[in-house]
Amino acid sequence: MGMTITEKILAKHAGRKEVKPGELINAAIDIIMCHDVTTPPAIDMLSKMGIKKVFDPNKVVVTPDHFVPNKDIESAELAKRLRDWAKKCNIANYYEVGKHGVCHALLPEQGHILPGELIIGADSHTCTYGAFGAFSTGVGSTDLAAALATGKLWFKVPESIKFVVNGRLPKGVYSKDIILHIVSDIGVDGALYKAMEFTGSAIKDLSVEARMTITNMAIEAGAKSGIMEADEKVVDYVKKRTKKKFEVVSSDKDATYSEIKEYDISKLEPTVAFPDLPSNEKPVSKMKDIKIDQAYLGSCTNGRIEDLRIAASIVKGHKIALDTRMLVVPATTEIWKQANKEGLLDIFMEFGAAVSTPTCGACLGGHMGILAEGEKCISSTNRNFVGRMGHPKSEVYLASPATVAASAIEGKIADPRRYIK
Amino acid sequence: MKGIAHVYKKDHINTDEIIPARYLNVDKEVELAKHAMEDLDREFVKKVKKGDFIVVGENFGCGSSREHAVWALRGAGIKAVIADSFARIFFRNCINNGFYAIECKGASKNIRDGAELDINMEQGVIRDLTNKKEYKFEPFPRFAVDIINAGGLLNYIKK
Repeated sequence: MGMTITEKILAKHAGRKEVKPGELINAAIDIIMCHDVTTPPAIDMLSKMGIKKVFDPNKVVVTPDHFVPNKDIESAELAKRLRDWAKKCNIANYYEVGKHGVCHALLPEQGHILPGELIIGADSHTCTYGAFGAFSTGVGSTDLAAALATGKLWFKVPESIKFVVNGRLPKGVYSKDIILHIVSDIGVDGALYKAMEFTGSAIKDLSVEARMTITNMAIEAGAKSGIMEADEKVVDYVKKRTKKKFEVVSSDKDATYSEIKEYDISKLEPTVAFPDLPSNEKPVSKMKDIKIDQAYLGSCTNGRIEDLRIAASIVKGHKIALDTRMLVVPATTEIWKQANKEGLLDIFMEFGAAVSTPTCGACLGGHMGILAEGEKCISSTNRNFVGRMGHPKSEVYLASPATVAASAIEGKIADPRRYIK
Repeated sequence: MKGIAHVYKKDHINTDEIIPARYLNVDKEVELAKHAMEDLDREFVKKVKKGDFIVVGENFGCGSSREHAVWALRGAGIKAVIADSFARIFFRNCINNGFYAIECKGASKNIRDGAELDINMEQGVIRDLTNKKEYKFEPFPRFAVDIINAGGLLNYIKK
């Protein structure tokens, strides 16, 4: 019997020839991602057990990102615990504020993510790295502590659902629209406990960055992981960033899937997920006027350089709508520098947006852009749950960077196609 | 184990509702507990007594990987969560903390808010003492029971 890419990676890391969905395995981990919210509790757990080292400092990557630059004394203490621990454990890949970034944008950019590897992170959007043909999943603090101590973790081998995405993306429609459409189609628990494997000509046509937006949101369908086979685009991207060797893994032709879903995205429209679930999809043309108070461009989902370029090309030459504010949060320091070099930050500032340093910040209602009662935000982020970006009676509408930009121009949720030549 | 059921017949109750991110600047259970379920029910913490249960719909705990969600509920006094289904990371976090996450289809539709429940983990039975009804659930796999009995994953590994 053939195996899926997910089964092959898990089997290899468990030292087995093959694994089947449902089996419990103990697997070796290649990279562990740590940030400022979920890692400090794991550090305490390790300390209580008298464990002073990590299994391999070279396999741990640390960045404070959620509440940095520190938003208050408590979060400063969290960041300090993280920093002190990283130093004590000799973790070289520690990205201090000034070099930092939103973790899931930072790790691939810095060459820490390789095809065929097994990666965990104490953050639900760790599934992002699946865009590189790696098995990657989010865990809590206890799992993180166990993995840091032993380099291994237990997994239940997931069933895989294959998503075959074909067709050419129409003008003004992006990978964010594809994944919002898929999450809406299968529901926020449509892939519960499963691996979402994405394939098809439309996925092949996407850039590596655009693919990350899709695997990033696999968790919004309840999935354990999202994965795509690494092609030459991925191999080029990785080779530019690291000299480490890796092995590209592919699914067998006779691999077993619990389900195969097919999509033709040729007629897909710009899509918005209404409050308060990422599956509440509405095409932009079928919307009545929804006035917005804030437009947010950033996050691990859509805060990369291509996202900034798309949004800048739309707002260029326009002025932001009266009574609307726009926040632009490049996801990493390198993205910020690149955007500055290309003049994108000037375009945003001229438009009337505020540009900040990288942070997860307002995406999770942490800081730097919290919503008041009754306020509405169109956002390039990944969740629109009750109270996600602030007051429990505020509202978040999820969309692509293009739709966010167009909405900031009009002060209401707007169709980006009007601004694309 | 016996306790009172607090029923929320809602699907997809997420980690932002269980413990909003604005409180994640601390990781002490006693502090987190003060804000458990705050964005869903502001009265929750006042209502719950030590040893009580919550009964909820599908996909409970979806969203973030924050283990703070488990600690907030446990700190508030909750002994077990009974759900039609659980989100994956939340379920794993429960097991790893030695906290009971019981998957029982239909429980949220039948059990009334305030009902007294008696749960037998070994037999996989929830007895509704108020309604005089019984609901069966699949007992935990051996592996999960071992982790729970050890007092969580780290103690289990230590052994």
